[in-house]
Amino acid sequence: MVSLSEYLILSSTIFCIGLVGIFVNRTNIITLLMCVELILVAVNTNFIAFSHFLGDEAGQIFVFFILTVAASEVAIGLAILTLLFRGRGSISVDVINSLKG
Amino acid sequence: MGFEQIIFYIFSFWFVVSSLAMIFSRNAAKAVLFLVLAFFSAASIWILLEAEFLAIILILVYVGAVMVLFLFVIKMLNIDKSTIKARFTGYLPLRLIVAIIIIAEMSLVLGSNQFGLDVFSVPARHSEGYSNITVLAMQFYTIYVYPFELAAVLLLIAIIAAITLVHRNDNTSRKKQSISEQVNVQAKDRVRLVSIILPDKKEK
Repeated sequence: MVSLSEYLILSSTIFCIGLVGIFVNRTNIITLLMCVELILVAVNTNFIAFSHFLGDEAGQIFVFFILTVAASEVAIGLAILTLLFRGRGSISVDVINSLKG
Repeated sequence: MGFEQIIFYIFSFWFVVSSLAMIFSRNAAKAVLFLVLAFFSAASIWILLEAEFLAIILILVYVGAVMVLFLFVIKMLNIDKSTIKARFTGYLPLRLIVAIIIIAEMSLVLGSNQFGLDVFSVPARHSEGYSNITVLAMQFYTIYVYPFELAAVLLLIAIIAAITLVHRNDNTSRKKQSISEQVNVQAKDRVRLVSIILPDKKEK
C-alpha cells in the first residue's frame, strides 16, 4: 500500500529538481521551458494524489486545465524563442540581458 | 512490500533519474528525450492513482505533440554549437545544497506523521465497470462547461498568437491585404469590357 505521503514526497522532489534546473541552467532557454514543464507535471501529480485519496474528481479536472494552459504556453514560448533566435542568432540565457534596470 | 509498492518505487526511480539527467544534459535534444522518459514514468504513476484519462492525455498530447514541437524547434534552430560553448555557472554546489535542504524540509512536512496511512487511509479500488472518462465527462459538461469552453478559446488564441509572432516581419512570403489599394480601386481596374464578335453573325 502506497501512502499519500510517498506520492507527495515524490512530487516535491520532482518540483525541486525542476527548480534547480531553472537556476543552474545557462545553456539555452529551451531547457528552461522544459524545466517549467517538469514543475507542472510535479504539481499535477500532487493534484491527482489528493484527488485519489480524498475521492474527489475536481483535482483531475484542475489537472486537465493545467495541461491545456501549459500546452498553449509552450506553443507561444517556442514562437518567442524562434523570434529571439532570428534576432540575435543565439538562445543562450546570457545573451538575453537587454532588459537592464 | 506489496506489488503496488514495487511498481511505485520503480517508476518513481525512473522519474527522478530521468529528470536529473534532463537538467544536467548539455545536448538539448537529449534533454527532450529524457523529459519524454520522465513523462512516461509520471503517466504510469497517474495510472496507479486511477487517473487513466489524464495519463493517456499526458502521453498523447505531451509526448506526442508538445515534445515533438520541442524537438522540431531544436532541430530547426540548430543550437548545438551554442550549447556546447556555454557552461554551467559557478554556484552549482550552493544551489544543489539549497535544493537538498528544500527537499528535506518538504519531506519532514509531508512525512508519514501528517499524510501517512493512518491519517489518509488508502481508498478502495473502483469496481470493474468504473469508467474514469465517464466520470470526468459528467463533470466537464455540467459543472465545468464554461471553463471547458474557455480552455478551447485559449487554445485558439495560442494558435493565432504563435503564428502571428513568427510571421510578424515577414513581408515577402506572406499573402496579405493591402488596404490602401483596396480603398483606391476604381471600376475600370476591376471590370474589363471586351467586345465580342459572334462567329455566326460574321458569316452572314
